[in-house]
Amino acid sequence: MIRWRYAATAASLLALGLSACATTGTGAPAKSSQANAKPAEKAEAKPLPKGLDGQASSGFPSTYNPLPSRPTAFVGATVLTAAGQQIDNGVVIASGGKIVAVGGPDTPIPGDVVKVDATGKWITPGVIDAHSHLGVYPSPGVSARSDGNEATDPNTAQVWAEHSVWPQDPGFNRARAGGVTTLMILPGSANLFGGRSVTLKNVPSLTMQGMKFPEAPYGLKMACGENPKRVYGGRGRSPSTAMGNVFGYRKAWIDAADYARKWDDYRAKTSKGEKADAPKRDLQLETLAGVLKGEILVQNHCYRADEEAVMIDIAREFGYKITMFHHAIESYKIAPLLAKEDICSATWASWTGFKMESLDGIDANAAILWKNGACAVIHSDDPIMTQRLNQEAAIAMAAGAKLGIDIPRAEAIKWITANPAKAMGIADKTGSLEPGKAADIVVWSRDPFSVYAQAEKVFIDGALVYDRKDARFQPKSDFELGQPGQGAFN
Amino acid sequence: MIRSLLLASAACALALPAAAQTVAIVNARIEPVSSAAIPNGTLVIKDGKIAALGAKVTVPAGAKVIDAKGGVVTPGFIAPSSNLGASEISGVRETRDDGTGNALSAAFDISYGINPASTFLGLARDGGITSSAVTPVLSGSGGGAHEHADDGVVEEMTAGAHGDGDPPLFGGQAAFIRLKAGSPDIVEASKLAVTVSLGESGARAAGGSRGANLVLIRSALEDARAFAARRAAFEQGATRDFGLSRLDLQALIPVVQGKTPLLIRVSRAADIRQALKLAAEEKIKIVLEGVEEGWMVAAEIAKAGVPVILDPQDDLPGSFETLGSRLDNAARLHAAGVSVAINGSRDFNNLRQERLNAGLAVANGLPYSAALAAVTLVPAKIWGQDGKVGSLEVGKLADVVVWNGDPLETTSWPTSVLIGGVEQPKDGRHEQLKARYVASDQGGYPPAYR
Repeated sequence: MIRWRYAATAASLLALGLSACATTGTGAPAKSSQANAKPAEKAEAKPLPKGLDGQASSGFPSTYNPLPSRPTAFVGATVLTAAGQQIDNGVVIASGGKIVAVGGPDTPIPGDVVKVDATGKWITPGVIDAHSHLGVYPSPGVSARSDGNEATDPNTAQVWAEHSVWPQDPGFNRARAGGVTTLMILPGSANLFGGRSVTLKNVPSLTMQGMKFPEAPYGLKMACGENPKRVYGGRGRSPSTAMGNVFGYRKAWIDAADYARKWDDYRAKTSKGEKADAPKRDLQLETLAGVLKGEILVQNHCYRADEEAVMIDIAREFGYKITMFHHAIESYKIAPLLAKEDICSATWASWTGFKMESLDGIDANAAILWKNGACAVIHSDDPIMTQRLNQEAAIAMAAGAKLGIDIPRAEAIKWITANPAKAMGIADKTGSLEPGKAADIVVWSRDPFSVYAQAEKVFIDGALVYDRKDARFQPKSDFELGQPGQGAFN
Repeated sequence: MIRSLLLASAACALALPAAAQTVAIVNARIEPVSSAAIPNGTLVIKDGKIAALGAKVTVPAGAKVIDAKGGVVTPGFIAPSSNLGASEISGVRETRDDGTGNALSAAFDISYGINPASTFLGLARDGGITSSAVTPVLSGSGGGAHEHADDGVVEEMTAGAHGDGDPPLFGGQAAFIRLKAGSPDIVEASKLAVTVSLGESGARAAGGSRGANLVLIRSALEDARAFAARRAAFEQGATRDFGLSRLDLQALIPVVQGKTPLLIRVSRAADIRQALKLAAEEKIKIVLEGVEEGWMVAAEIAKAGVPVILDPQDDLPGSFETLGSRLDNAARLHAAGVSVAINGSRDFNNLRQERLNAGLAVANGLPYSAALAAVTLVPAKIWGQDGKVGSLEVGKLADVVVWNGDPLETTSWPTSVLIGGVEQPKDGRHEQLKARYVASDQGGYPPAYR
């Protein structure tokens, strides 16, 4: 499946990028825009007025800067690297915000680093929640702050979750105390196309841009099943059925492919110096076209196995890739297909039967996916569960053990770290403890798969962002000041 | 081969479990809850009741022996307030009987709608739960706990709620069930309590404000007293008008007589104080559920001798009445002397969460023994069932769970669940789904043949 993804990318080289905003980079321009930086000398066409060319749009760039850190060596802990190893009495060294060394007790420690004795503790990469609505459905859950679903049209690919994020949501602080260092914030599932997701570093910030994960690709939230047809069918509009849903996806992809073709033609002509009239920029189609170019990752809410199979065929019809099915509660039924297609499945372990399409949810979903070599992710979709994704992964791991599927902790930890990083397109930057990756680190009081485990220290890019035993590192949002919960920390 | 085995086990599921026989659970750490743990003991069950337990108990001749292999034996866990058997799929209204429409208020009796064949009973048993208080919710108020944010646009689908008008003042009458597989009647007791809400959802039931809610609740209690005292006059139409119907007033009589409690759902510290004041002034028994800000008024709750039911996961200022939510709520309430019962998640059919919630409370300061009691003896006492269940004591019903490890730990599960001494089936619908899809390919036939 990876093969055709590259093919799609190759095809887009000629077409040149449509969506400079397909990454949230601080400064690194998209490769395609570099290729297009110098049009042919003989070009007569003037650059389009500001804002009319999506490729040249400044977007909403990340202003994230890592908090202050110092070179640190963690010594003596049991380390789960999420790259496949469990290292007893391990050493993890971070410097300049990056992991610089991971190994056994013999790992050399430079003289100038701070040594932290982590004997008896466990160390994992920062937890990544690949399905969060923090900020867009914040606490308190009042209608004035209910910004997660632009439920006004079945296709709202034009909206971006980041424009709904309230950075003062106290839920970010609770999630961080549970070890969550990176989150994908998604629009809700009322619509066939809910809009763009945004990936955030879980640092306190006055602005959304200050949390935005540099150079993380955007995602497009799509939704199968009951929600879109209920929301719009209830209003006497299409879709009101599952077949109406599928029509809605296909119609939108046809429009997107046509839009992409018009821009490709325009850019091909202008690059040859020919006169050409640019299509009018359309934010909805720009996002969908970004998917067709492989720049925006499809994050597809889809409970049922049979509907996942239909979505895979739609992706084939229009030449895009589905990166991950979310709430993929029935993925265990088609695990070999998902392994072959290289599509991740994000699931809960313990929730089942709360709506018709979740009736067949089982706690062993991730374990059966793992056994079949498919990519499994444990997600939350919930501001409470996100605080204990380690426990949810433990439930999934134990469900496997009960079925005779023996999954080592070194593997199960990937469900909340390396695998969501892969599905969010940031696996080269975070998600595992390997030299060169971000020093996103959690020090746990004990085996993180225990109900009694607590995240004691949390680091993002090497900086201490939470410390259970030090009130100076227990940030409170503005909303929490003067409230009786005292930020819910001791 | 696998297929025929599975067929055989499926057939077993349809048969009634074997009648109670003499059972001995050996090689176990026994946690009786009402007394100190027995590090390595034997528990004997005769005629569906606990006959003996201790370190030096001998196995009766002919007893069926269950080897716990060094695991843990506990009383069956009790869900202190759930919708088990009354609500199956929260998003499918036809499967919900956990609330009433506007026709009834306090009189709604949840026990009549209990479905003993609900597949979710087996799922709860897999979490070690053997009995549950089943408590009505206010129509349109949701199932409790937290909302499924991604489905934030789902309209409330509580049974009886059709989106018109305010919910009734009282939720209705609670019941107590034991999760006996194959039993035609699992209702152990009905009309156990009447439920009511203070705070935001109570205000909604009263037209919009807390002040109206409490006035109407007090008025209803006053009417119930008058109705009970002047029944004959009422039948002749010789009383003043009452705010509730005859049926609702009838249901409130045991409450105003102090025989059954009012189960009050309440979150904010100020509203908890109002609940305590209501109980003292009306001389009624109350149980508090929710109590997210309970830690702020812990001493007052303890002084009033009022037990609480809470979810230790609640730590977000999810509404303006839960701004004080904290993970150590259970620990602080217990330290102040309050009887604390711990709930699982009412939503998502996730009662397995109850034991993990007890573990979470331990991680946040609740003593282990109190956490174990919070899912066994405390809820049994709250619902007046402690003469029968809630601890391992000679003479109590043999509702017993054998665990392969610490019952509050994520990586443990029950290896045997006995209710009334009868070993419960382990092949519920969810287990059958797993067996079907973990099996390897069967000669080209689809899973439907497995």
